Amino acid sequence: MLINIIILICLILSGLWTVMTRSLLRAALGLALTSIILTIIMFRLGSPLAAVFELSVCSGLISVLFISTISLTEPMSQQETLKHMRQRLVRFWYLPFVIVAAGIALSFLKMPLDFKLSVTETMQTVRFILWDVRQLDLIGQVIILLSGVFGVVILFREGEKR
Amino acid sequence: MNPDALAIFWPFGIFISMLFIIGLYCVLATFNLVRALIGLELLIKAVTLLLVVAGYISNNLALAQALVITLIVIEVVVMAVAMGIVLGIHSHNSSLDLRKLKNLKG
Amino acid sequence: MSSLLILVPLICVMIINLPPRKIFSKLGFWVALVLSLSQIYSVMTLPLYRWNSSFEIISSNFKFNLLVDSLSLVMLVSISIVLLSALLVARELIRDEKKMLNFLSLLILLQAGMNAVCVITDIFSLYVFIEIISVISFILIAFNKDRDAFEAAFKYIVLSAVATMFMLASIALFLLIAGDTSFMSIKAGLADSQHSLIIMFGVGIFICGLFIKGGVMPFHGWLVDAYSSAPNSVSIMLAGIITKTVGIYTLIRLVSLVFGFDSAARNVLLALGALSIVGGALAALGQNDFKRMLSYSSISQVGYIIIGLGCGSLLGVAGAVFHLFNHSIFKSLLFVNSAAVESQAKTRDMDKICGLAEKMPLTATTSVIATLSAAGVPPFAGFWSKFLIILALWISGYHAYAIIAILASVLTLSYLLTMQRKIFLGKLTSELSNIREAGFGFGFASLILSFIIVGVGLVFPFIINSFLVPFWNFLGV
Repeated sequence: MLINIIILICLILSGLWTVMTRSLLRAALGLALTSIILTIIMFRLGSPLAAVFELSVCSGLISVLFISTISLTEPMSQQETLKHMRQRLVRFWYLPFVIVAAGIALSFLKMPLDFKLSVTETMQTVRFILWDVRQLDLIGQVIILLSGVFGVVILFREGEKR
Repeated sequence: MNPDALAIFWPFGIFISMLFIIGLYCVLATFNLVRALIGLELLIKAVTLLLVVAGYISNNLALAQALVITLIVIEVVVMAVAMGIVLGIHSHNSSLDLRKLKNLKG
Repeated sequence: MSSLLILVPLICVMIINLPPRKIFSKLGFWVALVLSLSQIYSVMTLPLYRWNSSFEIISSNFKFNLLVDSLSLVMLVSISIVLLSALLVARELIRDEKKMLNFLSLLILLQAGMNAVCVITDIFSLYVFIEIISVISFILIAFNKDRDAFEAAFKYIVLSAVATMFMLASIALFLLIAGDTSFMSIKAGLADSQHSLIIMFGVGIFICGLFIKGGVMPFHGWLVDAYSSAPNSVSIMLAGIITKTVGIYTLIRLVSLVFGFDSAARNVLLALGALSIVGGALAALGQNDFKRMLSYSSISQVGYIIIGLGCGSLLGVAGAVFHLFNHSIFKSLLFVNSAAVESQAKTRDMDKICGLAEKMPLTATTSVIATLSAAGVPPFAGFWSKFLIILALWISGYHAYAIIAILASVLTLSYLLTMQRKIFLGKLTSELSNIREAGFGFGFASLILSFIIVGVGLVFPFIINSFLVPFWNFLGV
């Protein structure tokens, strides 16, 4: 359990770095790093299939999408970026204190927080559930991939009239 | 109620809500379009982790993994369309500044 | 039978995009037309038990858990009528063959997605198909690639994705208490864990996500820009049916079936509904651009549906559903007419257009019919639905909300009549003197929609019994 907490702290730190860093390219790399740490957590929680999917798609495909978009569009100049970063940090200085204080206040109230957990006994495999039980989701994935293809064809066509 | 389940749930719950707040902050407080999309991606990761934790606690990992796989496929398509729109905005305005998108008022 | 609603459009899209594009692309328009018309026909003629039984071939291969009831039938018929009118308008506005084929494919996929949302019984599949509808509407808003459309589409993407994340987070919380993601398991799980703050937080977050998607007043930031900057045929679909299906229908289905009408939910629904009615009406009063005025009017009418739902009684929910159907018809008619005016006058500023009634008589007449239905003037259909909602509010004891609804009706009449007067009445300005009546597609669509408004309005007092009885079974009251 302790190792889980250490990995979770690393996750939060890399998330913070992704948001706070100055250049866009580093933010995209930070996103990929966050994906990798998330994959490690999911592995430890016993879901290897979802972890591998997340690794290959999110830290692979989506990082490629982000980096290609960033390189196709010119980022703001360095001076402007530095000024914005400083302004942003100054504007929201009170936010961490507010959240920590709210958390401490909430933990002192006596709130009814238990729920009736439902534990499934039968152990089915992911393959069975994905292909046999949730077939409607598969049809949904086919439809959304088709519409994604149409969207890419429409939106990425160069040289159209503006 | 299972006391063990709640004991596992709490640390994960706190960290997931912190990641959620970081993602929301990135979406709301940025001037750059691509950074807003990066914030959205962080939100999606927080929700993915919440789904897996919920599956782990209630011993329903097969269903949770199937849901996560479907979720990742859908979010890739949403991100691809969002990239297309960001490229379209760039081709009109030549900048990715959110404050220049003031064409529509009210 | 109900799985055909999803599978047939999917197969049609695959067919019209097969390699010999020259042949199949000409068929595209007629295929889409046949799909909408056959959906209208089958909703009108097939009884409910035929919808829920299925052919052997389909049910042995595909195991969907779909359920069609009277609420789904109302939504299915609204979807097909609005898609039909958007199709007729698009035929006039889009001239390029390739663009038309892409548009038609996306339209048919949209029909598949919306049909699925109306018959689904599982909360995660509901999320999947809501995302399908959202992705297709992002692409359609940015279809003509102009600057306003891209900006509106980006705002819509960000807000819609945040709303989706709220909904998914609460689905994950529901997974803790229900072993499955179907509506019945969640309802059983919620019954056991009523007191738990985490689960109630999950319910609240889900409803917040649905409010953002439906454009209810404090969360309506994306709606006006998206409706007014989209291409005209897309605006008809967005205002008429897409926002209603994704936000409002889902809200009705979940609050009635799964979450239940407890008093906290009712108060929130009533308060936000009243805020939307008044806020939308007041904001619409000061607009110059008629599409933006119609978008604020949509927010106002959605407030009526929410306030009818918040009432909680049988009459209130029946009135809300009927108002949903009426709103999709008259709002589509108003958007079809505004598309006709914009295609002829080439501007959207109401101060520059004047006196079009002598040149565009059909558009002017049907626009008056839609205005009177929107304001709730008898004998048009809008009167009956507003009357049901106000009656339900008064009977349940919410007198203040009933008075707000009646006064806002007067506001609705005033801004819509202002729009009528500015555009259609008055003297024709000189630069608009060579305007003709809009094309055949516009006229046909507006005629069909106005016939439906007048017909439903006249026939409703006779069918009110057979209309309300299915809602007894639906609500389990």
